[in-house]
Amino acid sequence: MFSTEQSCWFVRKVICWRAAASIAWAVLLLPPITAVFIILSRFSFLHPIHTISECLSLLTSASAIFSFILLCGVILMVGFLNLEYYTVIPTIACSKIALLGQLLHPRQFVSSVVHCIMGIIVAWCCAITIGGRYETLGYPCIQSDGSPQMCLNEYQLILLLAGAFVGFSHSLLGVIHNMNYVSFHTVQQYKYLRFKGSLPLVVKCSAIQALYSIRNYIVVYFFLGYIPRAWICKTLNLHLTSSAHPLDSIAGLLDLSLFYHLWISATFLLFTWYITLLLFRIFVTEVYSFPVQSSFTEDAHQCLPKVLLTDKQPMILKFLALQDLALLSQHSPSRRCEVFSLSQPGGHPHNWNAISGECLSLLADLTQRLVAYHDTVATNGRAKSLSTGSERKTSSETSVTSGTEDLMSPRPTLLMKTPASVFARSIVGGPQSPLTAPFTPDLDSPFASPALRRLTAPVEQCSPWHGTVQSPHIMRRAPKLWSTSTDSQVNGSFPPSPASVPSPKQEASKPSLLAQFLQNRKEQLPEASSQALFADSQAHIWALEGLSYLVQASFSEDHFGVVQTALPSILSCMLVLQEAVDRHFKLPHASSKPVRSTSSIGDSTYKTLRFALRATLKTAIYRITTTFGDHLNAVQMSAEHRKRLQQFLEYKE
Amino acid sequence: MCSLALFPPPLPSGQTTLCESNNELLSGTSTEDRPKQESSPLSLYFPRESLKLHSRTESSSKAAFLDHSETLWMRSAAAWRDGGLTGLLTEITNSHTEVPKWLSVSSGCTLALLRWISSFHGSLFPHLTLSSEDMIAEFSQVLNWSDCVVRAFSWHPHTDKFAVALLDDSIKIYNPKSATTPTLKHRLQRSVAAVQWKPLCASALAVACQNCLLVWHVDPCSLSTRPSSGCAQVLSHPGHSPVTSIAWSPSGSLLVSASPVDTAVMVWDVAAESCVPLQRLGGGGVTFLSWSPDGSHVLASTPSTLFRVWETRMWTCERWPCVKGRCQSGCWSPDGSRLLFTVQGETVIYALTFTDAQVLKQSFEVFVLYLSASGDELIMLDLSASVGGEIQSLSWDPRGERLAVLLKGDPQAVDRPAIIAVFKTRTNPIFELLPCGFVQGEPGAEPRLMQFHPNFQHGALLTVCWSTGRITHVPFYFLSTGVPHFGLSGSPLLPRLQERPSAFANQSLFTELIS
Repeated sequence: MFSTEQSCWFVRKVICWRAAASIAWAVLLLPPITAVFIILSRFSFLHPIHTISECLSLLTSASAIFSFILLCGVILMVGFLNLEYYTVIPTIACSKIALLGQLLHPRQFVSSVVHCIMGIIVAWCCAITIGGRYETLGYPCIQSDGSPQMCLNEYQLILLLAGAFVGFSHSLLGVIHNMNYVSFHTVQQYKYLRFKGSLPLVVKCSAIQALYSIRNYIVVYFFLGYIPRAWICKTLNLHLTSSAHPLDSIAGLLDLSLFYHLWISATFLLFTWYITLLLFRIFVTEVYSFPVQSSFTEDAHQCLPKVLLTDKQPMILKFLALQDLALLSQHSPSRRCEVFSLSQPGGHPHNWNAISGECLSLLADLTQRLVAYHDTVATNGRAKSLSTGSERKTSSETSVTSGTEDLMSPRPTLLMKTPASVFARSIVGGPQSPLTAPFTPDLDSPFASPALRRLTAPVEQCSPWHGTVQSPHIMRRAPKLWSTSTDSQVNGSFPPSPASVPSPKQEASKPSLLAQFLQNRKEQLPEASSQALFADSQAHIWALEGLSYLVQASFSEDHFGVVQTALPSILSCMLVLQEAVDRHFKLPHASSKPVRSTSSIGDSTYKTLRFALRATLKTAIYRITTTFGDHLNAVQMSAEHRKRLQQFLEYKE
Repeated sequence: MCSLALFPPPLPSGQTTLCESNNELLSGTSTEDRPKQESSPLSLYFPRESLKLHSRTESSSKAAFLDHSETLWMRSAAAWRDGGLTGLLTEITNSHTEVPKWLSVSSGCTLALLRWISSFHGSLFPHLTLSSEDMIAEFSQVLNWSDCVVRAFSWHPHTDKFAVALLDDSIKIYNPKSATTPTLKHRLQRSVAAVQWKPLCASALAVACQNCLLVWHVDPCSLSTRPSSGCAQVLSHPGHSPVTSIAWSPSGSLLVSASPVDTAVMVWDVAAESCVPLQRLGGGGVTFLSWSPDGSHVLASTPSTLFRVWETRMWTCERWPCVKGRCQSGCWSPDGSRLLFTVQGETVIYALTFTDAQVLKQSFEVFVLYLSASGDELIMLDLSASVGGEIQSLSWDPRGERLAVLLKGDPQAVDRPAIIAVFKTRTNPIFELLPCGFVQGEPGAEPRLMQFHPNFQHGALLTVCWSTGRITHVPFYFLSTGVPHFGLSGSPLLPRLQERPSAFANQSLFTELIS
């Protein structure tokens, strides 16, 4: 999956084992879940003892064991899909068109088909365990003319199709709610406690989701149920009995027992899948402790500074490394000591330089992204001449850019490698990826035909670069800003086809009716572009926390004065980012809170990442100012920054 | 066992404690005698009459209107909205003339069953039968909360501003450097039990309300005196009300909240408005939270005879059963290594010592009896008033040199008012408690609430809210022994340090034994 040998060690040694452990636990949990399902599905109030003895005999029967093996296979498949499709940076569709594109993507199509098939398998197992009228697909019957033949048992058919429908809707909702997004928690807990804590939520979510899915399914079956029924009859050479009610009638669907069985089967299906997903999330986001420095050279690439600096790597490795950095800077004095230490021959603070440099370049990259986005939005996405573009610049804007320049001058090498180091996809994606939209993360090239893609290209107003280049700043920055995520590059399975990206300049001149229609659809999710901008901000949050805690600790722990040399650049970097974030939050929709949805298993943490980043940034600056106090007056910085820092020293921000 | 008998006697009536200087508490007859210090922050007075109170609760306003007959459906819907399932059942049972007989009978039976179950549950945890106002009053750190003009008070951890929550459910923010006094009001801000400023932040103020948590963002540069309710974030979780205690982590990243009806402690990520419930069975709720100043532990007390100490790295907890009553109050030493707490029904301060912050299990020593102010050791004063009783709350100054103890007194006996006893404390090299004196206010004023200023330059500053609605500040001028002085203000403090050990040696109340 990953091209280079060197970065593979983490996936090989850690991620795969974590995924395997999560799948193993999910398989181990399957017997009790199945037992509960059997009891719930067959329970009758009139004969409770009889039900229980029947359940016990069923549990030991051969068919139960066979269906249990099938269910294990399904869990393995779900776990494998989780591993294959997970992402730590959510894919946020900036518009409904982009969302549609994601849904129609071939990769997504494969996933939907697989989910459908797995849904049918689970539903078949459910049918076997519930038994009774659901047990077989065909049964012998006597037709009106008296000849014996096989008839279709519609009860099993409706259950199997329900499984397929629920599986399909699960995979669609997975895209809409970003169910493959794995978020990291601020509150660290042991795996068992975390699992126990989220179990009620999973039960609730699967029951509610199953209810909705079954409701939709019944409506669909009422209108379209005759199509699969006729098809099955034809292929399997079964007949329809004239005596029984067809189920796609109102009378047939008003069967409470049927509805209960459909619902409980769908709940069982969703619950097992959600449990697998939950366990995967819990295992994969567990804290991994990287050594700060190693005494053996062959392990050197596994050390924290090296891991942070490596370019070609899975994003999860970078995220776990940053999380470990944030935790070590906060809790572990001995490991902090290693960060502040000097190299043995030579006496260079290599560890600190690597860590602080990488954190700063992450933050500087975010600053540039915000400035670029703000420039685009401030001009409302219209193409502007160079002169008006420069007129529009306010004084604060110049200060921001000059601040960025300040930063650039001491460490040009760091900024040169920013795009590569932060977002690995520009390397994997090759030279064509910089021309796809930066803030619409639909790099997956959802539109199969190049013609359709050309139509959509000019209207990607979420992206600042299409015919709207206003100032030389942005012109220069442009290639660096290709940064919003897609999982296809992170997981690397489907690189976009090189032929599909047209040149934006020539397209801009000929908008068509369809393009205008698409443009209208485009502007429907205004908040999403802001979310997309901060999609990977968990990394920035950890970088800020790690840096600020390290600087705070350096006040008493840094014996060699290693941190002092970087203090001006850290402060100016944070202040510039603070200004950029403040300006971003003045935009419309940026500060509107997303609606909280509690009845979905999808993680919506990414929707509030920008607020978390803003709060963390302020806290980080305050942490440094309260620790150093008036000593900061001795730090060299520009007048603008000093003024801003003074605000923090007086607690007026 | 040592007692309050070693304390200097309380002041005669009419005298007010002004400050501590040269190792003794100075007093005067009225506030005008107070030496005018440039550093003393503003004293405030909120007369009860000036507050516009809610004379009537919302439910009682029904009586003012004529009875209006609605259809059964409307009434049922309204009952469901207002009172939930029990409300609906009550409504159906009461309107037995309109509904079929089987329905009213069955709902009556269900209601009886529900009541029986809840009374059974309530007999396990008696506090669950209280109304939410009574519950806040019962578990609040404020003495006699329901009758208190100042219901909550909080100093900003870094600057000289503070927030005051008043009886009329408004919060005022006072800043000596600014002329504006923002007043915070919100529709959901009712029965404020606690307020606390977010550390490492200039603007965020968390408020524990009856139904939710509010986090106000009050821009310190803003000139507005009535910030809109849009400045407040509402954090709520079903089943987590009333909130009686909140605590910010010292790093400012997390907020924990507790409710006596919810067995889970909520850990909030305020910016993301998400919460992680830390559920543990037993105890029947959580009443009081206190985060240690070094951020490593959180004390969480429950309404039953049990409290927990959470470790904040992986959020595991240690159960500590008490013998007699619930844990009423607690406070941490500045380095987070010692926890002092009091138990309801006892007149004793207990201490827990965490010798190794990393390993919770091995880190405790046995309970040590530090102070007794029990009834048989009451000291008799010349005014035939006696001092002592149960302890309402504890407060330790941020340098770990003064410990203020708010004694409840006895509301039935006239001659035993609530009073604040102050101890001198030392944590290094061994733990010591020495008597300092009593803090008293004007005649007739009882202390209700107290808090130390988080960074007072010249020693410690105790802010006391009195029953009359007055807020005063009692400075304790002393030189810090424990905190090393960085560069700027170091040496001139030394000469007076020399004379202290001998003074301490004579009247040591308690000295820890090192075994």
